[in-house]
Amino acid sequence: MSDAALIRLSGITKTYGSGQAAFQALKGIDLVIDTGDFVAIMGPSGSGKSTAMNILGCLDVATSGSYEFEGVKVEQLSRNARALLRRNYLGFVFQGFNLLSRTTALENVELPLIYRGEPAAERHAAARAALKQVGLDGWEHHTPAELSGGQQQRVAIARAIVTRPHVLLADEPTGNLDSHTSQEIMNLISGFNRELGITVLMVTHEPEMAAYAKRVIRFVDGRVESDRRNGEDA
Amino acid sequence: MLWNTLQLALRSIRRNLMRSFLTILGIVIGVAAVITMVTLGNGATKSVSDQIASMGSNLLMVLPGQRFGPGAVPGAPFKSADVEAVRNQITGVRLVAPVVNKSATAVYQANNWTTAITGSSNDYFEAGNWEIAAGRGFSEAEERSGKAVCVIGDTVRDKLFGRQNPVGSQIRIKQFSCEVIGLLKAKGQSSMGSDQDDVVVMPLRTVQRRLSGNQDIGRLSISVKEGASIDAAKDQLTLLLRERRKIGENEDDDFRVMDTRQIAETLTSTTRILTMLLGAVAAVSLLVGGIGIMNIMLVSVTERTREIGIRLAIGALEREVLLQFLIEAVVLSSLGGLIGIVIATTASIFLAGLMNVPYLFDPGINLLSFFFSAAIGVIFGFFPARRAAGLNPIDALRHE
Repeated sequence: MSDAALIRLSGITKTYGSGQAAFQALKGIDLVIDTGDFVAIMGPSGSGKSTAMNILGCLDVATSGSYEFEGVKVEQLSRNARALLRRNYLGFVFQGFNLLSRTTALENVELPLIYRGEPAAERHAAARAALKQVGLDGWEHHTPAELSGGQQQRVAIARAIVTRPHVLLADEPTGNLDSHTSQEIMNLISGFNRELGITVLMVTHEPEMAAYAKRVIRFVDGRVESDRRNGEDA
Repeated sequence: MLWNTLQLALRSIRRNLMRSFLTILGIVIGVAAVITMVTLGNGATKSVSDQIASMGSNLLMVLPGQRFGPGAVPGAPFKSADVEAVRNQITGVRLVAPVVNKSATAVYQANNWTTAITGSSNDYFEAGNWEIAAGRGFSEAEERSGKAVCVIGDTVRDKLFGRQNPVGSQIRIKQFSCEVIGLLKAKGQSSMGSDQDDVVVMPLRTVQRRLSGNQDIGRLSISVKEGASIDAAKDQLTLLLRERRKIGENEDDDFRVMDTRQIAETLTSTTRILTMLLGAVAAVSLLVGGIGIMNIMLVSVTERTREIGIRLAIGALEREVLLQFLIEAVVLSSLGGLIGIVIATTASIFLAGLMNVPYLFDPGINLLSFFFSAAIGVIFGFFPARRAAGLNPIDALRHE
């Protein structure tokens, strides 16, 4: 495990709405995540775990507090700079897969590489390799509608790791899958963490999935309730 | 970036063939309808003004009576003395052709054809821009003596003689036989829709003596000299005829003086109004097409918003997403516009042939409807995308 602090959150809050209807989803989060870690974020519905995940993934911005990603203060970045940060350092896997419909697996996986401006030949090769890594050899030209849920999530994982991101953010990646498929997906994700050194942040509410992680952070009511390493006593 | 984005846009069009097709369809129908309608309308206007030109320029027509239908004032027919008076007393008059019309059946061998028999002089041909295609016009002796000779129109030739040369043959009209001495060059349909070539012209005296049995003249065709004022001639003519017909100061004219320019203006303004009307109807179809596009775009906005969310999440810049959607909209709309123009051109040429009006390419309406449709496509395709691209990626992703 590396000692370098990859992510440093301090005093992060997030408020939705304003005035009477204001709802504080995060009430001050302090968190340090190191490179190469595999963190599971757990907690009941409404505990703020997904909100925290979206802020970590630069898909949303915090109301206050500071978020440093590899030493860069994210709240000071422009919209475009955050997009470039996502493009170059982050990979996403969602509960609902979020693949482009009517678009082949290969083209879905290629998409982030297109935005990176990679030449077509290298793009194709990298996308094929990524699909092979998730065990979808031979499924390149199938569209999401022709793939099972597990296969769609594999395509989404291939799309997330094809750019070799520093961090893979997975929001309930197994939420829509049966237990057998869920295990396969978790094996893939922890494999990328182990073999490629990709830092993984995963939101889940299933203890069996959290068991794959090295570190489990529990959110309750917008705050961190517990933060422990797997294998330690609770 | 531009090349990549262009690729993304084209991919997206190819992937959503049905949506792309429906988007294009609205534009195609709208553009094709507007261009076709306006082009045909222009053709009709042109053909009307051409036919008026074929009636002869600087032509005045004098008819007895005032107004048609109820309240019509009858007027006495003109006499030969009126013709002489007009010829001698009005400045700027080039020719005066007295005209008498009678309907009669012409017979040649087994063929017969009921047609309009016109009694007049050689001036009639000149004033009315008639050319003699074969044979000759009347000689002075024939005009003076009222000889049974005639010059026939192309339709009459066709009905009686087929494609054969009629000059020198004898046709029978009522009780007398008449020698065909000339054939008029075909003029085609008049602006009123009647066949101008369905005519047999004889010397005035022949018709008066053998068909109408009196000395009456039905109307006067007056050709005004090039450069002379038509309005002045009209005024003089009115004064002269009022005097000759002994009309009191407080009485209305019992004759009418019309000029071709006036007729031309009336007719072309009518067809122009019709063209505008057709154009307006077609513009409605362009609008409906636009609303169709809007519908398709709005229906797909949820899907597109999520797509935009996905693109933003994996690192697309807002401007890249916008550029892609803009390119998509522009490509689809221009494609639709171009297909519309092609269809409109084909349909216009075909329909113009069918309707017997000339085909006139009007670059203005082509450009106008093309850009209008492109604007519709861009507005409805681009603006929902602009809203979506301005959202936080997570909000776009969660759009329901």
